[in-house]
Formats: sequence, structure tokens, C-alpha cells
Amino acid sequence: MSDESNIDSYRRRFLGGTTAAVAGLSIAPGVLLHEVAHARPADQAVTSEVRWGMLIDTGKCANDCTDCVTACNDEHGLEGFGRPETDAQWIRKVSLKDKQTGHTQTLPMLCQHCEHPPCVDVCPTGASFKREDGIVLVDKHICIGCRYCMMACPYKARSFIHESLQDQKPHAPRGKGTVESCTFCVHRVDDGRKPACVEACTAENHNAMVFGDLNDPASDISRQLEQHSSRQIRADLNLNTGVRYRGI
Amino acid sequence: MIKNSLIILVLGMLLGVVTPGQAADSLLPEIPEAQARFSEAQGCVEPTDDMRVNHMQYILHQRDQTMYEGIRTRQHSLVECINCHVSDAPDAPRVDSEEHFCNSCHTYTAVSVDCFQCHADRPVKTSGTHSMSTTPAQHLQARAAEAITNE
Repeated sequence: MSDESNIDSYRRRFLGGTTAAVAGLSIAPGVLLHEVAHARPADQAVTSEVRWGMLIDTGKCANDCTDCVTACNDEHGLEGFGRPETDAQWIRKVSLKDKQTGHTQTLPMLCQHCEHPPCVDVCPTGASFKREDGIVLVDKHICIGCRYCMMACPYKARSFIHESLQDQKPHAPRGKGTVESCTFCVHRVDDGRKPACVEACTAENHNAMVFGDLNDPASDISRQLEQHSSRQIRADLNLNTGVRYRGI
Repeated sequence: MIKNSLIILVLGMLLGVVTPGQAADSLLPEIPEAQARFSEAQGCVEPTDDMRVNHMQYILHQRDQTMYEGIRTRQHSLVECINCHVSDAPDAPRVDSEEHFCNSCHTYTAVSVDCFQCHADRPVKTSGTHSMSTTPAQHLQARAAEAITNE
């Protein structure tokens, strides 16, 4: 009897000890992640400890507002050539209409920065790639402009550049014959800033877009995702998108 | 032994005859001065001779590091090459002109330069907080300081 109670107390002590150790572990990476996300020095590589994501609240996204699209176009120097079918668009407004009730809502559609991106799967040269921190990009130096990725993307997120360009932005090199898409404003993210669309949405007080680290449980986006129901578009494809939507 | 010294003599004469100054007068085209933003005291990010031979290696290495790993140091960044070596005046020569810093040499050596089909061929003043006149080390310090004040 006394032996059993001894064993019990050992067990309790052991279990108590491990719980404390686990708690310590879970707090320590949280703190570390916060530091990585906000103060990664310019000479350090990105790591998979961070995964960038976006949460879009369609309830706050006004039907006639295109602030995010304008901000993106300005940031990356995307100019139209009067040909909407082929003009580059990294982010666009999509309208959803319930045919029975006639209710219409709009949402911004951009590269969803999938964990398992189909564009990367199909790329024959390896130009389409996913960075360690989950941002999906095109290495235009080795892109041959075959446009397989455009066909593979379920979100129609990519554009092909048909025209010779001049006066590109230094942080957003773009050239004829290559495919491009939203980069989550990778040059800003590396600088500890938020993407241009999110900044514009917040600046105009719409607050429909939240950007942050999905791996950090303390980040604003993780808290909101925990509190509210959200969904991935075409979740049935199991791509685990980095962009999630509320209110659809 | 006599052969060897003859060869050395001939080589010496040749070297003596073809001095850099005379070569510049007769062979090289007149390369216009780039409107440099860096001070004379600061110099280039690597010794000039090294840059003439190896600039493409530096840029290529930096390119892959920046794209795949998000490393954005400024020392070997193409954007910073342009910021320092190319004039930002509205009528400054573009990359298709022989008076553009990159193209002046690339035309002379008959090596085509593809960078500027996509990349900006002259400095663009950004609204960012970065001063163009800082060295990479100063820039890093400034960024670290910024990060601390942001937190």
C-alpha cells in the first residue's frame, strides 16, 4: 500500500516536472518567434519558424472599395496597357452573388501562398518556389514563361508580362516573358513592414486585412483566427493556403 | 640563359611601350564620368580591380541569397550599384546608351547585359527611411536600432 502511494507520488512529481518543462518550451519558442518576426537582421536567412499569412474579413470589405488594388499597383509599378485580359494584376476584387437572394459581396483575391503550391509542383525549371517562411515567389532569372503555373493555380493569381517594360521599381524587378504574382510584398516583410495592401486598408480605417505570423500564437492574426471562424477558398484541394477569409 | 634574358628584355620593352595612358588615348573610348553618389573617400564596396573582374559573381551570389533567403545586405546589391554609379537626373543616360555606367564598359567589351530588362537602370528615390549615403555597416546598425524602437 505504502509502495503504491510512493509510486503515485513519484508519478505526480514526474508528470508535474514534465508539464513544467513543456510549458517552458512552448513559451521560449514563442518569444523567439516574436524576435525573429520583427527584428531579423538583414544578413540572416529566413527560417520556417515563421509562416506569413493573411486574414481577410469580407464583412469589412466595401463593395466599391479598391484601395488594396491601387496600393499594390503603386507599390510595384503595375501599369495597364488598356488590355484588361492580359494586364498584370497581383490582387483583384472578386464579386460573389447569391443568385437566390441577390446579395452581393466582394473580396480581394491574391496569391494564397499555399503550403503545397500547385504552381511550384508544375514548374518545369524550378523558377516557381516557396521560401522557408511560406512566401511563394517566381525566380524570374530562370522562368521561361511557359505559364504552366498560371494554368495550375486555382486562384488565377498569376500574370504573364507581355510587353517590354521600363522604369520598374528597384524593389520589384519585372520583365517581359516571365510570370509574376503577389509576393506578400516580400521586400517590405524582410524590412519588418506590412504589405502595401494591408497598410492601405488599415490606413483608410477599413481594417479588413490582417497580416502576420501564423506560427506565432501571440500574433494578432493567430488570435483572430482562434477567436473567429474563417475558411480557405477551395479548402477541398488541401493546399493549406496562407490567406484565409472571414464572412464567406 | 641568354635566351631568357632576351625574352625578359623584349617583354620589358613591350610593357614600356604600351603604357596605360597611351592605351587610353588610342584604344579605349572616352567613358563619361558617372555621377557618383558616394564620396571619393568611401570608394567602392570592393577594390576597383576586383570589381572589374568579379562584379558579376558578387551580384549573382547576392541575387540568390536575396531571393531565396531574404538576405538584404547592401554591399553587393544591384540596387546599390545603381544608386552609386548612375545619375538620377531626369535626362540621365539610360542603359541603352553608351554613357550609362554599366553599358559604357559592356559595349566596349561586347558583352550584353540583361539585368536591366527587369531591373531599374537608374536610381529611384523611394519614400523609405533609408538614406542612400550610408555604408552597409551603418545601414545594418540603423536597421537594428529601428527594430528595437519598433518593439
